[in-house]
Amino acid sequence: MLRLAVVFPDLLGTYGDGGNGEVLAARAGARGMDVEVLDVTIGSGLPGADLYLLGGGEDGPQRLACDLLAEGGLLERYRDGAHVFAVCAGLQILGTSFSVEGDASYPGLGVVAATTTRGPSRSVGDLATLVQGRMMVGFENHGGDTVLGADLSPLGDVVIGRGNDGRVDGYAGPRVWATYAHGPVLAQNPWLADEILARVSGRTLAPWPSVADRLYAERCAQLSSRRPDADRTAGRR
Amino acid sequence: MTTRLAWRARVAVGCVVTVNYFSRRLGRGAGTVAGGRVGLALEPRLLRALTRSRTVVLVSGTNGKTTTSALLRAGWGDDVAGNVTGANMPAGHVAALATSRAARVVLETDEAWLPSVLADADPAVVVLLNLSRDQLDRANEVRQLAQRWRDCLAAPQFTGVVVANSNDPLVVFAAQASERVRWVDVPTPWRGDAASCPHCTRALDFADRGWSCACGFAQPTPPTATLREELHFSSQSFRLDLAVPGMFNEVNAALATVALVELGQDPGEALARMRRLDTIQGRYGLRRFGERTVRLMLAKNPAGATALLESLSEGEVWIAINAQIADGKDPSWLYDVPFGVLRGRRVRCLGERRLDLATRLTYAGVQCEVSDDVDALRRGTDDVTVVANYTAFREWLARTAPC
Ligand SMILES: [Zn+2]
Repeated sequence: MLRLAVVFPDLLGTYGDGGNGEVLAARAGARGMDVEVLDVTIGSGLPGADLYLLGGGEDGPQRLACDLLAEGGLLERYRDGAHVFAVCAGLQILGTSFSVEGDASYPGLGVVAATTTRGPSRSVGDLATLVQGRMMVGFENHGGDTVLGADLSPLGDVVIGRGNDGRVDGYAGPRVWATYAHGPVLAQNPWLADEILARVSGRTLAPWPSVADRLYAERCAQLSSRRPDADRTAGRR
Repeated sequence: MTTRLAWRARVAVGCVVTVNYFSRRLGRGAGTVAGGRVGLALEPRLLRALTRSRTVVLVSGTNGKTTTSALLRAGWGDDVAGNVTGANMPAGHVAALATSRAARVVLETDEAWLPSVLADADPAVVVLLNLSRDQLDRANEVRQLAQRWRDCLAAPQFTGVVVANSNDPLVVFAAQASERVRWVDVPTPWRGDAASCPHCTRALDFADRGWSCACGFAQPTPPTATLREELHFSSQSFRLDLAVPGMFNEVNAALATVALVELGQDPGEALARMRRLDTIQGRYGLRRFGERTVRLMLAKNPAGATALLESLSEGEVWIAINAQIADGKDPSWLYDVPFGVLRGRRVRCLGERRLDLATRLTYAGVQCEVSDDVDALRRGTDDVTVVANYTAFREWLARTAPC
């Protein structure tokens, strides 16, 4: 039984981030795996799981989610062998500290050595990251600047968009992946969904063709035909 | 009104009317915004001048603004001015008012513009429908919006009455700043943006009796009116029997009725007038598409789409999704919509982002077809409901004709 925990969709789920759990469950089910999706709501405690999925959220809910995850012992569960996939605010929470309202620094969970401060402006637009030779496509909407510790590798190099700092996006560790591409980034990148699924389940996966492959091909074609950083908007902050 | 305006405002009004006349003749849309912009540039206080000595109702919220405004105008009686084309920022407001002398005004108002329009228009009634995520790549975080509403409703200059949805915690958070609120208890299925308390961020507890927080923030009781099967209101009950479909439109009509009672209308008579409304800017009514009859529905965010999917009629469902600036450039919100209710129905994916939609439906376990050639769909006999987001809806309006 593969247990996927979608963590606090009511706090961290601003951009359809809950979709990542649905995508992994559907792709696991299509390969004949027994899979259970646990929606972890506020007040329900943190259940045991093979993979925890963290989404994005506004400042207040982000701090609350961080407190609840500390209480629930996400760090201990990760150290005991669980996997974590995080986007946007979830990426920031897993680090050692992050800044939200009023630039005050808030302690993170310390799962990885990453610190986030408030960047000069908000980044809103397409994000394309080259992950070990493969393109990951998505959409970012955040105001954070994230610096990784010396031992932590980024997920990949930014081709379009900003990611952590305009050069690299997210981070990847033995059992943790994070990106600033919010929302259902695994829906747009079926190869990444399968890679995570293979690592979490310890299995080799047979290909599973679907319309998601057409979507991925279309998004890659659209983004590669575009000048980097054209058509981007800088918002408030 | 126009005759009593200062010369500067009179010149500005003249410009509004002239610019809009020419922009309509040049075929540049409905001609309601260009002139308004010119007028406001000449006289920034033009909205204030044009609303003085008229009775104004403002309608704001994430979903249902256009329909509720139309219901209010219909229910209020003859000769009510309003931004009927849905241009819901000040340029659209002054354009609508420059061409009408009606003493009664209903202005549909963009959520982010409510504080500024409220300060200028000095409304007698403000109707607050709901507040949820919409076009988030424009960085309108809903909690910040609720705080801005709260601030403007607390201003001492505002002397009007607030008619507010007591089931939406963010609306209540904003409206409680006013001392004159009429709470309307209406079904509000979307909870996605109000899980944590706007005062203290703790988890809100949703129970059958209403919602509450440990800090004391809770659903206000008793409400002025309650909508269940019927609208219960000052010890009377009214059947709504609207011509426009869906529970979400009954909610809109309930809030409109309470607003009209504040304006001295009889609720039964107001509802009788609202029932005549069967199509609003191409929505809800039947339209012709080749050999087919289609019904067009607008859904541009998760709460709106969720409400709409709950009240779909029989037949095929075609969903058209674009991601232009007016739609929000990021269609991630599709994953916040419980599309699983469409399992077993015939569904087609249309619009620029039809592959995003088809992928989302596939993961929700809904079988669907991707239609690359829209014109090929003109042949066919089955009735169709077209659910489209903002710019896709406009395309469908142009592609179809009223029956
Ligand atoms: Zn509270």
